[in-house]
Amino acid sequence: MSSAFPPGKSMPTSSTAEAAGVHEFVAARDYTALALTLGLIGALLCATFVPAYLRFVLELALANGLVAMGLMVLMRAGLVSFGQGLYFCIGGYTAALAGTALGVRDVFALLAMGAAVCALVGFLCGLLIARYREIFFAMLTLAFTMVLYGLLVNNERLGSTDGYNVLPARFFASELSPDKFQLALFVLTCALVYVVALGLDRYLRSPMGYLGEAIRENELRVEYLGASVRRLVLIKYVIAGALAGLGGVLTALAVGHVDPDLANWTTSGEFLFMALLGGIEHVGAPLLGAIILGVVRSYALEYVPYLWQMMLGATMLAIIVFLPDGLWSIMKRRQKVGKTVGI
Amino acid sequence: MLTVLSIVLDGLVYSSWLFIVSVGLTLVYGVMRIVNVAHGSFYALGAYLMASAAGYYFARGLPPAGVYVLIPLAAALIGLSVGLTLERGLLRFFYGRKEIVLVLVTYAVFLILEDVIKLVWGVDPYYAADPYRLLGTVDIGGLPYAVYDLCLIGAAGALGALLWWGLNRARLGRLLVAVIHDREMSVAMGVNVTPIFAATFVLGAALGALGGALTAPEISVVPGVGAEVIVLAFAVVVTGGLGSIAGAGLGALIVGLARAAVIHLVPSIELFVVYVVMAAVLALRPQGLFAAAAVRKI
Repeated sequence: MSSAFPPGKSMPTSSTAEAAGVHEFVAARDYTALALTLGLIGALLCATFVPAYLRFVLELALANGLVAMGLMVLMRAGLVSFGQGLYFCIGGYTAALAGTALGVRDVFALLAMGAAVCALVGFLCGLLIARYREIFFAMLTLAFTMVLYGLLVNNERLGSTDGYNVLPARFFASELSPDKFQLALFVLTCALVYVVALGLDRYLRSPMGYLGEAIRENELRVEYLGASVRRLVLIKYVIAGALAGLGGVLTALAVGHVDPDLANWTTSGEFLFMALLGGIEHVGAPLLGAIILGVVRSYALEYVPYLWQMMLGATMLAIIVFLPDGLWSIMKRRQKVGKTVGI
Repeated sequence: MLTVLSIVLDGLVYSSWLFIVSVGLTLVYGVMRIVNVAHGSFYALGAYLMASAAGYYFARGLPPAGVYVLIPLAAALIGLSVGLTLERGLLRFFYGRKEIVLVLVTYAVFLILEDVIKLVWGVDPYYAADPYRLLGTVDIGGLPYAVYDLCLIGAAGALGALLWWGLNRARLGRLLVAVIHDREMSVAMGVNVTPIFAATFVLGAALGALGGALTAPEISVVPGVGAEVIVLAFAVVVTGGLGSIAGAGLGALIVGLARAAVIHLVPSIELFVVYVVMAAVLALRPQGLFAAAAVRKI
């Protein structure tokens, strides 16, 4: 990852108390890699012990978790996107169309294509969106995702509101039976989430990652320090878009079907909910939010279908009021970090 | 020629509808700085209440002409019950927080109300087409047109005039304008902001419900109508400039005419055009067409 500072300059060092606090935070014992590895092992063990439907729920939750992790990168910079569904949907439709129109069936190629297309679209949209903050950032991201939704709903060739079927992908050029395919996809999802989480953790602890929080606190000061806020926001937006694209590809392959609702603003709202529920202090937090949401939803839709959204809304209110930093803040022991990270 | 006429008529009708639906949203933002996602719920509540009230009204065999009185009544009822409860019971605890926090809070309220509606009215569609059919159609330049639709134009015009008069001539309205321009200064001058906030939110909620109640006779009222409307209202309000009533009018006109033109000329990009207009305006003029640019804080 390139530095956010222009060539020839390095990250300005300062000896203020704030910088010391950050240093202490970094130096504190960090179990991220260990915890993620244990999580990966746990998830893979799950694959063998839990029934297939629960594995499927977990798989979708982890795919959503990728989107929520991307959203976390934005939210740490104070940017609340109401439009991550745009990239989730583009990822899904890329996987569907690459399979049927281009004949690309390899799962890794599909993932790469989904992420690349989303990164490209994210870059182009980001050129505009990176200029906006707060409400306008939220509104503009919402507008972009609804543009795609409007396009897809009116497009007969892509199945309009009925959506489009996704051909099953191949692993290393071999066609698997549906059961084996789902199992392989689950393992792949776990591995991908693991790698992305580790990478993202490194990124968030890099100067560029920390500058995200600086932007949220005071972006003018960041500019005075010599970093380009617009470039930083653009990079973060592209990262978030690419991650949402990966989540979209995985979801499309797992479900075998994509429809315009992936781009509807209510889908984006759910990603936001995951990030709020888990928190944005750590890469594990949005994953936690996504898994809780996914598991609770599958049971709630089964037993109390008409209370599901009410539960979501009530939980969201409770989180905003009582735990603005999300559930992760309970798990975390009090460290001398100073400021809260939540919105 | 006929196409042009129908584009203009459809556009005006659609603009009027958009204006009625979105003016409450912009009013609430202008005074309270709340981007109220729950506005869509007020719309849905108004539509449901109107649909069941109209059904009840006709079942009792009351004089058909009186059914139109139910529309403002339903709106007022929703505003005074749900609107007031929300403002006093929840939203006031979040005043002074960041705008984006209030977006999330009202989004949560929206989710809760979605299920409340399902619990009260069920998931089956409601129809109340009688008020629409009763008025019949009229021939305009060889084009048969529903009178109810034309009445929407009148309703939007009347609403706009009423709001203009209220904001510029009535005492409460002028206090509102003072709060919109500078909340701190108004408080310093002795304006009691608490009842003004409550009144604004009730009015905003009632306007949202009015939009729903007016629309109910034209559609089948199903779960999810609120979610569709809220993004449209956002698009209109953001296009015109958040917090500006005149902006909502202009935004509604632009979006309405653009959509009507597209429906007649290139129907495949019908929904898309609304958000493209919004994105284009935001790109050129981030604060919208009418609102003033915010001062950048250091």
